[in-house]
Amino acid sequence: MSDPTTISTLAHYRNETPYPFCPGCGHHAILDQLGAALSCLQIDPAKVVLVSDIGCAGLSDQYFSTSAFHGLHGRSLTYATGIKLARPDLKVIVIMGDGGTGIGGAHLLNAARRNIGLTVLVFNNFNFGMTGGQHSTTTPTGAITSTTPGGNLERPLDICATVAANGAGYVWRGTSFDHDLSERIAEAVRAECFALLDIWELCTAYYVPKNKASKKTLTLLLDQLDLKAGLLHRAEYPEYAAAYREATAPLLGKPLPSPEPIAARFAATLERPFHLVIAGAAGGKVRSSARLVGEAALLSGLWAAQRDDYPITVKTGHSIAELVLSPREIHFTGAARPDAMIVLSQEGLGKVGAQLAAMEAGDRVFTVPDLVDPVMTRAQITIIDPKAAPSKLAPGRVSLYCVARALRDLGILPDGALEAAATRRASELSRENAETMRWASV
Amino acid sequence: MREFTDGSTAIVRGALDAGCTFFAGYPITPASPILMQMMRELPKVGGVAVQGEDEIASIGMCIGATLAGARAMTATSGPGLSLYSENIGLAIIGEVPLVIVDVQRLGPATGGATTVGQGDVQFARWGTAGGYPIVALAPSSVAECYSLTRRAFDLAERFRCPVFILSDKELNMTTTTVDVAAYEAPAVRTRTQLPAHQKPYRYLPAGEVPPLAQYGGGETVRFTGSTHDERAIITKAPAKVAQLNEHLRAKIEAHVDEIEMVVHDAQPGARTLWVSYGVTAGAMRAAAAEVRSTGAKVSTLTVQSLWPVPERAIHTALANGITRVVVAELNHGQYRREIERVAAGTVEVAGIHRVDGELITPGQFIETLQTADVAR
Repeated sequence: MSDPTTISTLAHYRNETPYPFCPGCGHHAILDQLGAALSCLQIDPAKVVLVSDIGCAGLSDQYFSTSAFHGLHGRSLTYATGIKLARPDLKVIVIMGDGGTGIGGAHLLNAARRNIGLTVLVFNNFNFGMTGGQHSTTTPTGAITSTTPGGNLERPLDICATVAANGAGYVWRGTSFDHDLSERIAEAVRAECFALLDIWELCTAYYVPKNKASKKTLTLLLDQLDLKAGLLHRAEYPEYAAAYREATAPLLGKPLPSPEPIAARFAATLERPFHLVIAGAAGGKVRSSARLVGEAALLSGLWAAQRDDYPITVKTGHSIAELVLSPREIHFTGAARPDAMIVLSQEGLGKVGAQLAAMEAGDRVFTVPDLVDPVMTRAQITIIDPKAAPSKLAPGRVSLYCVARALRDLGILPDGALEAAATRRASELSRENAETMRWASV
Repeated sequence: MREFTDGSTAIVRGALDAGCTFFAGYPITPASPILMQMMRELPKVGGVAVQGEDEIASIGMCIGATLAGARAMTATSGPGLSLYSENIGLAIIGEVPLVIVDVQRLGPATGGATTVGQGDVQFARWGTAGGYPIVALAPSSVAECYSLTRRAFDLAERFRCPVFILSDKELNMTTTTVDVAAYEAPAVRTRTQLPAHQKPYRYLPAGEVPPLAQYGGGETVRFTGSTHDERAIITKAPAKVAQLNEHLRAKIEAHVDEIEMVVHDAQPGARTLWVSYGVTAGAMRAAAAEVRSTGAKVSTLTVQSLWPVPERAIHTALANGITRVVVAELNHGQYRREIERVAAGTVEVAGIHRVDGELITPGQFIETLQTADVAR
């Protein structure tokens, strides 16, 4: 540090402003070492972003002439992640206190899991120095703080073991008194991985007077907590920002989604909005069959809307699709009394009782045989037996078969429209759909 | 030509066409389809889409990425918007362009995950500490989901602030028919680079907004969520802090006319004005068409720019013989408050409010008409 060349380069990263910290506060030494590390690395200051958390350590970025981001408490890792993902070439260094590892614990875990290329300096002085010396996640058990006047009851967080166990690429623990700190910081930045340095230090305003802490007690504390110092962990996981680009590279330049218009090829005769409900079971292709009806309506020059209802546990229970087919634009997609309903299963029947009860004599209901409960409605009931198909229908084809039979009976769409919708995509499914449609037309 | 699609898809296409390059979000019904589509689409333009560990991380990543040159969007629903709160404040004070999609569902709390609601209207406006203004747009159709998303990116860039898209479960998850000619494509300004040696912030004249300073150019860039001067240096000097905060207010409130978007469908001789927004405005359009076909008279006002309140347009809609206003919304009257404030007692203001998870129907609008509206 006494080398005049080093000092002049250091000034390139440190600005002229003197630090604001209390006498004896460890922040002075750590920031001097950070400045030395940056001088050693010789990165363009505009390409270095110091992302500072909240607390006294959060003031740090102001004393550097690099780029800086000073955000909200505990969230520094999230901003840093965004910066690194958008510009992987930037060197992003996070400065957070031990407080940030608590309120931002989820971010710490997940940034480590991603092994995103951030260098994280934890200014760990075992308490909240800026707000009055309250206890933090790293306060040792028994330590006195303004919020643990009888001694801390909680166990301190082992930051290093936590991030090491969860994907970090570089983990080091030491103190603000360590002479090799600047070399370790430079090493961590060069490592281009999630690199965390847990730097123990003294808060002379609160923690030191309340706990008789000193440079010596920091070393003793390591033994008391059975923790180690030095380079604790090194791993070669892929760095997230680079891995993301590598993984997504094959997609680069592929066409973006654009409207997929369906040209009218059939002439519909429907004169008023028609409400059709398809009520079946989860996994029974209710929604996909309904979608084909909607597409068939568009193929016929109509307007259609489809509203689906199903439980959050998608593979069980009911699946209901409510369709509106209309000769005019549909401005309201909410429920109305159905003109027709197709009940495909007991699960669906269990959900549409009120709608069935509201239906009137001129309305139509199509059901399959052997439902457990009776279909209670004044509407005219027609039974469609999937077993009557010329060949045995796989479970996934029952829905389209019944819908096709019902639509043919209802006559609301032109002949051929549903078949055209069911076969418009070039796929194995289209071939299967074509076969189902043929069976339904027998 | 028409297509069979939904609001989620339209918002994603709007974002991509507007130049979005970064998305971060956390799974939540009914906003998840946007997250899933953005994960699939953004790599195609060399952009980045991430699923954050929570909503706080997601919006935080968006803010960081924006400062590093990205144009960012996030999408959530009420419970997630609650977690966005602190970072909305950060984006306001740091003047970060950001598009926030809130696909509203019935609240409070978990509420109804798959149930429609419009209960976040005042929350979007007042959802962070300090009370500073934001911009919020409410699409009332799938086609508007596309055009207003484009508009949101433009306004975010223009005013360097969070711009909300207040959509809802019904618009985003119901598949419907859109005439592809209805997709309007408002221009989206490109991001201009802050000229060399210029300060990243400007407070005078109040309301002027310089280009965003981005990391990774030739110069160092500072950013802070604390009160700061034009160089982004933290300050508590009362005169400078007052300038900053007045600027944050004025840059939006002094430009209401530039943001204002309404559809005023005035019928000569109408005494009743229906006011609505979002999905409920669809039922209003259907109701108006229906009653007008019977000879009844009603005017309608669809408010697309909910915040700042387009007071000039509302005053215009309230003039010309309107004696009664009915505000329809899927909450207990959140925007009705604003209409009442603007009307200031000059007309009667009533409301249609629904919070049972169902949509307000055209019939509910029609029921509000009185003898004077239907008698000819």
